[in-house]
Amino acid sequence: MARLTINGTQRDIDVEPDTPLLWVLREQAGLTGTKYGCGVAQCGACTVHIDGVATRSCVMPVSAIEPEQQIVTIEGLSPDGSHPVQKAWLALDVPQCGYCQAGMIMAAASLIAQNPSPTDADIDAEITNICRCGTYNRVRAAIKAAADGSATSNG
Amino acid sequence: MTIVQSVSRRNFLVGSAAALGGLSLGFHLPLPGKALAADAAPEINAWVVVKPDETVVIRIARSEMGQGTLTGLAQLVAEELDCDWARVTTEYPTPGENLARSRVWGNFSTGGSRGIRESHDYVRQGGAAARQMLIAAAAADWGVPAGECTTDKGTITHAASGRSTTYGKVADAAGRMTPPAEVTLKDPKDWTIAGQPLPRLDTADKLTGKQIYGTDLQLDGMLNAAIKACPVFGGKVQSFDAAAVADMPGVRKVVQVGETALAVVADTWWRAKTALDALPIVWDEGPNTGVTSATIAAMLEEGLDADEAFIGHQRGNAREALAGAARMVSAVYGFPYQNHATMEPMNATALYTPEKCEVWVPTQNGEASLAAAAEASGLPVNQCEVYKIHLGGGFGRRGMQDYVTQVVHIAKEFPGTPVKLIWSREEDMLQGRYHPVTQGRLTGALDADGNLTALHMRISGQSILAAVMPQRMQDGMDPLIFQGLTVDSPEGHLGYTIPNLLIDHAMRNPPVPPGFWRGVNLNQNAIYLECFLDELAHAAGQDPLAFRRKLMANHPKHLAVLNAVAERIGWDEPAPEGRHRGLAQIMGFGSYVAAAAEVSVTDGRLRIHRIVAATDPGHAVNPAQIERQVEGSFVYGLSACLYGECTVNGGRIEQENFDTYEVMRMADMPAVETIVMPSGGFWGGVGEPTIAVAAPAVLNAIFAATGKRIRQLPLKNHSLV
Repeated sequence: MARLTINGTQRDIDVEPDTPLLWVLREQAGLTGTKYGCGVAQCGACTVHIDGVATRSCVMPVSAIEPEQQIVTIEGLSPDGSHPVQKAWLALDVPQCGYCQAGMIMAAASLIAQNPSPTDADIDAEITNICRCGTYNRVRAAIKAAADGSATSNG
Repeated sequence: MTIVQSVSRRNFLVGSAAALGGLSLGFHLPLPGKALAADAAPEINAWVVVKPDETVVIRIARSEMGQGTLTGLAQLVAEELDCDWARVTTEYPTPGENLARSRVWGNFSTGGSRGIRESHDYVRQGGAAARQMLIAAAAADWGVPAGECTTDKGTITHAASGRSTTYGKVADAAGRMTPPAEVTLKDPKDWTIAGQPLPRLDTADKLTGKQIYGTDLQLDGMLNAAIKACPVFGGKVQSFDAAAVADMPGVRKVVQVGETALAVVADTWWRAKTALDALPIVWDEGPNTGVTSATIAAMLEEGLDADEAFIGHQRGNAREALAGAARMVSAVYGFPYQNHATMEPMNATALYTPEKCEVWVPTQNGEASLAAAAEASGLPVNQCEVYKIHLGGGFGRRGMQDYVTQVVHIAKEFPGTPVKLIWSREEDMLQGRYHPVTQGRLTGALDADGNLTALHMRISGQSILAAVMPQRMQDGMDPLIFQGLTVDSPEGHLGYTIPNLLIDHAMRNPPVPPGFWRGVNLNQNAIYLECFLDELAHAAGQDPLAFRRKLMANHPKHLAVLNAVAERIGWDEPAPEGRHRGLAQIMGFGSYVAAAAEVSVTDGRLRIHRIVAATDPGHAVNPAQIERQVEGSFVYGLSACLYGECTVNGGRIEQENFDTYEVMRMADMPAVETIVMPSGGFWGGVGEPTIAVAAPAVLNAIFAATGKRIRQLPLKNHSLV
């Protein structure tokens, strides 16, 4: 049994304690926006926030998370896709297949929260998520647009 | 995009003309009452449904896997339909419906950059026919000649009588109109929706977690399966101890899948995988345990010298010219196995009963998925159905159907209960359908003036077609191995005129399963040819651009894209301090492409600063999405160039995850400038061609920077110091 606070709601989940948070989110909590990509914290598709810090949930056993810690997934980043990072992503039409993008967005939101004006070097160092479609340049541009508030809707 | 499970349980009558034959136009076969749209608004024809609220549903037969074909194909239909783009949505017809309606939507296969270029005519005709039927319905209602009515953004107007109506109001009647016998398509110069850099239709749900991928599918009562096939190619299951994991949490059953694989089925996937990892398995590793990268390389090296080879392109007498050459240059190149490494691992979900088999799957070829479901289930194809789900990357891997076969075999053990199979990343890496391995030896002759008088390009290595589409082999020859190098194929012909030329292939097929991998054989052919031309230019003491231009007088479209990148990067001006440049061009997938790269190498560390790419796809349906495809293709191509390598030891692949199979990340990404220069008159693809010019342009720039020729990829195995 694990007691977790996910997107602001505390819940008790019947699961083996060594189960990775990723699979608890996807299979017990029904939040499938967080993706499985590698299972070894290499690709970042599983990135969520734990107390605001971007965390690769595929290698994080739920037993390591305290009930009070705030877990935020892509579904909880904003109620309606209105987080500045999501708006920037929409304005720049960033995703291709989209599978890695929830992880990218969560990593970017955490970066901007901690560093409101990230440089290219900051982005290179902090956004190490893998995208096989190759959206990197638009991810970079969207992070900068979100950081300086310049993102507008593309209609 | 409508999520497919909402229309899952409808049965469709199978017509007599179900043979998988030629394409037929949608509007020739109006079948009232056969609409797909979830709320059952009647269709106007196979391609178009207009709902009473003016929403326009456009049917898309090809699979969306990130490449933007869904938006591009919708633009083409909407252009001819003259509807309001802001009200356009899309849906996938199912493969079963396509079969039942005599393949009214044509080919579902999505690969080879064919989505738009091979269906632009009939999808536009579908939109144009629907427009005429909408006009006819309004005109009949008004009692006016249809020819006097005009349309604009979903509104029909009869100016003379001052009347107007909307598509939604007449859609029901339009669906009962006789389809026009023929339609006239717009001249692309008059396009207002097609040809525009419109945003994608499928972005919003990808930003909030709402987009459902195959791995996300949830069906009532669904079980989950994890699978492990023998990691040694050609091996099979010898024995296993199901009792050892039977009591683990959530486990329902251990299922042997064919001769080669074992699956654990449990209530959740994590529990299935945990039990699978604990399952004692003894493999019969079969005949290939002695196969290594070294034995494969030796096999290919032998092919470089073999007397027997299939000739793909011949002109003059290259062997004779080389024998008498003033100067000869020769080099051997090689390209290793690559895994597709889609971000979403292979997966599929199946629900089997003795009467019906349904499969939900992210697939590049829904009809092939349907055929695989029928074969694995043992049911007639008209008792099977496939629901396509948005792909988390495809790159060619999802054209193969091995995971569909597996999931149906597993689901047969649980009649009436849906089972979702997800491969682990490790399974995905070990059970790939790999970019094939080849080597190329190129030998060129230069005359006393430094002119290229002869070239022999010997390709030795693996045939994709021989393994996966033997019906396309031509008297034992794989024509696809010569991609980009042929005499006059509209798919991709050589852009140089060389007086004496021989390009041939010694087929050598190691026991590692190959597959179509984004860019296919154009990848290595462009590297071999374009890097070797750079070597020849250097040997001749000539500028690489000038050297190429002398060979390209008869190839104006190839030359135009090459000139475009050279001009944009400033080839005639010195590069910025410390930076060096390289060029490449080729034609593939029907399009002409070129790239110019600017790199620096500092203390052995490569940095790719900038790549300029040019593409002439004939017609550009969405220039903004083409730019994204070019950028993305460079990430794919440069990942292979810098890092990508699946090595073989003990008859199995050694790289099991992204920690050892490295790929490009943000920090490696150069600035990309894309020149989209459609010259009209033909339709080329955009998802793949530019992938092929990224690597040779960078490799040629590395030579300019360091004097080092990197001929065996990937770069990570070489020092640039």
